[in-house]
Amino acid sequence: MLDFLGENIQSVLPILPQQTWETLYSTVISTFFAYVIGIPVGVLLATGTSGGILKLPKVVSRCLDIIVNLLRSVPFLLLMMVTLPISGLLFGTKIGTIASIPPLVIAAFPFVARLIESSLREVDRGVIEAAQAMGCSPFQIITKVMLPESVPSIISGAAIALTTIMGYGAMAGIIGAGGLGNVGITYGYYRYKYSIMYLIIIMLVILVQIFQTIGTWLSVRSDKRISYNKKRSKRK
Amino acid sequence: MGQPIIEIKGLTKTFGSGEDSVTALRDIDLQINEGDIFGIIGLSGAGKSTLVRCMNLLERPSAGQVIFDGREITSIKEKELRSVRKSIGMIFQRFNLLMQRTAAENVTFPLELEGAPKKKARERALELLKIVGLEDRADAYPAQLSGGQMQRVAIARAVASNPKVLLCDEATSALDPNTTRAILDLLKDINKTMGVTVVIITHEMKVIEQICNRVAVIDQSRIVEQGEVSQVFTHPKAAITRQLIMPHGTEPEMLKVQELRGNEVIRIVFNGGSAYEPLIASLAIDCGVKVNILGADTRNIDGKAYGSMLIGLPSDPKEAARALEYIKSQDGVTVEEVDD
Ligand SMILES: Nc1ncnc2c1ncn2[C@@H]1O[C@H](COP(=O)(O)OP(=O)(O)OP(=O)(O)O)[C@@H](O)[C@H]1O
Ligand SMILES: [Mg+2]
Repeated sequence: MLDFLGENIQSVLPILPQQTWETLYSTVISTFFAYVIGIPVGVLLATGTSGGILKLPKVVSRCLDIIVNLLRSVPFLLLMMVTLPISGLLFGTKIGTIASIPPLVIAAFPFVARLIESSLREVDRGVIEAAQAMGCSPFQIITKVMLPESVPSIISGAAIALTTIMGYGAMAGIIGAGGLGNVGITYGYYRYKYSIMYLIIIMLVILVQIFQTIGTWLSVRSDKRISYNKKRSKRK
Repeated sequence: MGQPIIEIKGLTKTFGSGEDSVTALRDIDLQINEGDIFGIIGLSGAGKSTLVRCMNLLERPSAGQVIFDGREITSIKEKELRSVRKSIGMIFQRFNLLMQRTAAENVTFPLELEGAPKKKARERALELLKIVGLEDRADAYPAQLSGGQMQRVAIARAVASNPKVLLCDEATSALDPNTTRAILDLLKDINKTMGVTVVIITHEMKVIEQICNRVAVIDQSRIVEQGEVSQVFTHPKAAITRQLIMPHGTEPEMLKVQELRGNEVIRIVFNGGSAYEPLIASLAIDCGVKVNILGADTRNIDGKAYGSMLIGLPSDPKEAARALEYIKSQDGVTVEEVDD
């Protein structure tokens, strides 16, 4: 029945559901931990510079900035190889989907931190000032003003992070991480079965589309500013 | 009532350092008493915002003292300052509401900071929204409200923590005249019923005129005049005050312009010397010249005229010259020619 797909593709069909699942969960878990580290770092980046609400020593904010830039400028594959030993220490293995998570997190959190930083910087200075005038502490300004006010922007940033991290994960297939990227490389590229490669590319494109669409939808839905009137009139 | 609530002594504020430094405030002394509606008026860049922001230390003075409710606050710790700030409310030109929170949630914000229980905070918020006339919009988001409504929410939020003082930085500058009037009435009401001292920053004399009892005029970083509004209005000392009382640039609306095309038009500016009706009448009697009033934006304070008036001179050049001469000879009046 599926003859039209060709022999090559038929040969990988049985493993695709499992591999898709591995791609999804490694992406989601890596993204989650990238945010666990990236949010505080992004907050410090956004609020710790001079004129910001946190009075960090200049050295600290400067160092943070440099570290984030350094990690962002190392090509992902190199960073992956350098950080794989961490997986060895944590999980006792350097291959497989689990092993790819720590390098993904390390590669992605600086990116996430920058996304968070730029979302927080969008928050209106006047609103922060109003909060200060009401006697907010810096911590309250971050948790009760800056983060809640930038939720729509943070959500749309998360869609970008998720799709980028999925791309990293696919690349990690080269050094033995599981998932769709690995299928494309080992079954397709190495064995000259290019139809398999194209299939994987199409699947990844579709996944990216899905994440992006959901992200945009959630972001717009959460935003109480411009879109609200439109949404209401649509519902009526 | 009558006790000083905010005192400012020898306050100077300089931004930046070296050659690029800007001194926004120079040696300011000011006293605002409990129950006052205190206006601070000045042109753009005079230092009004900086002055009001020094009152709750959003801006740190370079020198001088700020005494709030008998306590010097420039030297106290951050944490204490935060608790002092809870008794100084503030509203802004651009409202500065939390856009992702509803009107009611904006008003509960300062209550949450104090750790009030959710339900109680909500009840209080609804009460306050009722005072500002917005009880039916409690669950609307700021984006769904008009400018005037947003400022009402901001006022409710600012007074939620029962402050002693409410600072207003150009609170009505983004609003149309009717809404401005309504917001000012609301502030007056809050001053009366809740006993909140109100400090109003503005560049419009109308605002001062409508609700303030005391006023300070600030010009180029200095206070040039202060006192009771009626006193300052009737006996303005500084040139800037006269200029503010009689705003330049607000051209009175022209009437019947078409009919008079070709005739010379002049603007008479009244600085409180003579009232304008007698002037026009005596012009007709003394010189036998009749002029057309094209428009006027004048106000009468204690029987004296402030403002400006546009006059169309007669088409006969001799008559026109005579009229011009006569008007120029009057006290407290200046004449400008208007070319169209
Ligand atoms: N943060 C700042 N850094 C440097 N200069 C500043 C700063 N804030 C204000 N100034 C300067 O101080 C002076 C007074 O500014 P301020 O905002 O107090 O004026 P204002 O009277 O409120 O004017 P407006 O009516 O336009 O709001 C201006 O020359 C301004 O450029
Ligand atoms: Mg200002």
